[in-house]
Amino acid sequence: MPVAPLALEVRALRKTFGTVVAVDGLDLDVHTGECFGLLGPNGAGKTTTIEICEGLQEPDAGEVIVLGKRWSSDERVLRERLGVQLQETQFSEKVTVEETIALFRSFFERGPAVKEIIHLVQLDEKRSARVGTLSGGQKQRLSVACALAGDPELLFLDEPTTGLDPQSRRQLWDLVERLRASGRSIVLTTHYMEEAERLCDRVAIVDHGKVIAIDTPRSLIRSLGAEQVVEVELAEGAAVPAGLFNGTSGVLDSRIDGPVWTLQVSAAHTAVPAVLHTLESANLSLTELRTHSPTLEDVFVSLTGRHLREQ
Amino acid sequence: MSDVAAKEVTWNPQPGRSSSPLVQLTLIRFREFLREPEAVFWTFIFPLLLASGLGLAFRSRPADVAKIGVLTSAPGAQRIRESLAGDSSLQIVSLDDTAAVNALRIGTVALVVVAQDSGRVEYRFDRAREEARTARLMVDEALQRASGRRNAVTTTDALVSERGSRYIDFVLPGLLAMNLMGSGMWGIGFSIVDARRKKLLKRFVATPMRRYHYLASFLLMRLGLMVIEVTVISTFGYFAFGVPMRGSLVAFAVACLLGALVFGSLGLLVASRARTIEAASGLMNLLMLPMWVASGVFFSAGNFPDAVQPVIQALPLTAVVDSVRGIMIQGLGWSALAPEFAIVATWLVLSFGIALKFFRWR
Repeated sequence: MPVAPLALEVRALRKTFGTVVAVDGLDLDVHTGECFGLLGPNGAGKTTTIEICEGLQEPDAGEVIVLGKRWSSDERVLRERLGVQLQETQFSEKVTVEETIALFRSFFERGPAVKEIIHLVQLDEKRSARVGTLSGGQKQRLSVACALAGDPELLFLDEPTTGLDPQSRRQLWDLVERLRASGRSIVLTTHYMEEAERLCDRVAIVDHGKVIAIDTPRSLIRSLGAEQVVEVELAEGAAVPAGLFNGTSGVLDSRIDGPVWTLQVSAAHTAVPAVLHTLESANLSLTELRTHSPTLEDVFVSLTGRHLREQ
Repeated sequence: MSDVAAKEVTWNPQPGRSSSPLVQLTLIRFREFLREPEAVFWTFIFPLLLASGLGLAFRSRPADVAKIGVLTSAPGAQRIRESLAGDSSLQIVSLDDTAAVNALRIGTVALVVVAQDSGRVEYRFDRAREEARTARLMVDEALQRASGRRNAVTTTDALVSERGSRYIDFVLPGLLAMNLMGSGMWGIGFSIVDARRKKLLKRFVATPMRRYHYLASFLLMRLGLMVIEVTVISTFGYFAFGVPMRGSLVAFAVACLLGALVFGSLGLLVASRARTIEAASGLMNLLMLPMWVASGVFFSAGNFPDAVQPVIQALPLTAVVDSVRGIMIQGLGWSALAPEFAIVATWLVLSFGIALKFFRWR
């Protein structure tokens, strides 16, 4: 079977629900074998986009080519080759893990043995447990297991770690990393920037139904031009002049959010004394000062002026 | 591919299915049902309890003693009391005028006897009440006999208790059909709406699963459970109450099969669009309530006016009740059952077709 160079192509995708524009002219290319992330806040159109790619929703306009095929003509073939994990599926609580996976396995013409799937998602001990008794993280791994039943070439994961505790999240990340390393193409949506940074070869930052940036996490972060981010929290109620840090040496960009200034700086050790000096001359007192390496969150903030997890 | 990955994801996908999707789906249906104790109770235990209760309440028994009032203010009251005293099936109470009116009104006596002048007797009773009419005949017989009437014809009573004519014989086939309706509609309707609500239907649609396999798995489960339900209820009726099975077992099996399928399809139809359990539940009650009342489960559908009979006869439950009862009690043959089977088959085709067309998979 010739390998299509692109696992997924999306061109000028549009979808509206009533007067709400969920997806507004979105373009994507996902290369074969890469783990691709759609990163964006809630309501950015990630789920609608991924469900159109999964053939579960019809776009109003635009084109989707999955593994070189189109939904309109090759639905059956595509279903055999895709693995889909949805955000909100609740499996039957009375049925066991093994029975659930066996059911999904029976839908596909080829695929690994049920036992192998259970082992891969590390549910061996829960094999005979009813789904209703599983923890959130175990249910989520079961959901991924069902998506793997047909040994998919392309795997869609819609917010696989939302609502999970940190340990369960890390277990799921391990699983996704193993799947990525096995050469599968993966498309995942998330609103956790650390998840996208850790798992994804490339990330598209999505906001208001559009891709506003697309690159590797490293390049996106480097595009800020900042080596460090300094957050300066001022005392509540102080009158703060706009553009306070314009002209402060070493500060590349600054924005204010409540009492907190977020400054992108070229080097923390030279910028911080300059920042303190600026505050002193403006007669402002500071309550807290933090520095961190820039993240995708900072990229999102610099692109949109908002934080990822704001509603 | 890195070495780590090679170590971690070591599986060799085999061509070919592990097992048939239809078998797996049907197995899941049975597991979901059998692991739900409430469902098992309502399907298997409840109809037996209901049949036992009704069988006991309406068991054949000696005719009740009729309670008769005698108006004390009338001049010949004492004579009447003496004439009736010899009849053990009559219980006599003396009543004054007000008490007599009240007793008749609330039914504590079936009839009030009023002696009038010159040996005439007046009976006060409600013609619409069956026990009142019976009491009238018994009292009249006793009074006439006491006054010297002799029988013109010599008669003897030979008492029989014919199987098939008792209330339990009437109601058990009705309960059987009602059970097919209830478990078919609730069993299928709720599971599907629940799967839709939990986004499980959408998850299935995202796989290569054939949609008709999914729907067929519900009908297969219903057929399997139907065999158990019908066997349990009819053998219980046979051994506990002697409810007969006069017709052919093949015809009986066909009637039950059609019944299970038609109500399963109606369940699919009700569940085809509903997104919430509440919506489906309302629709089901709307469909089932008229049939519980009108289809002749607990009393004959013939009690309803002629004007609505065509509608009642066209209801699926009426057709299933009539065919099951006809086979068990009257021993009806195929030709007599043909109209009922035709009605059921029509409902089956219509409801399944419409359900398939309008089914909401997401």
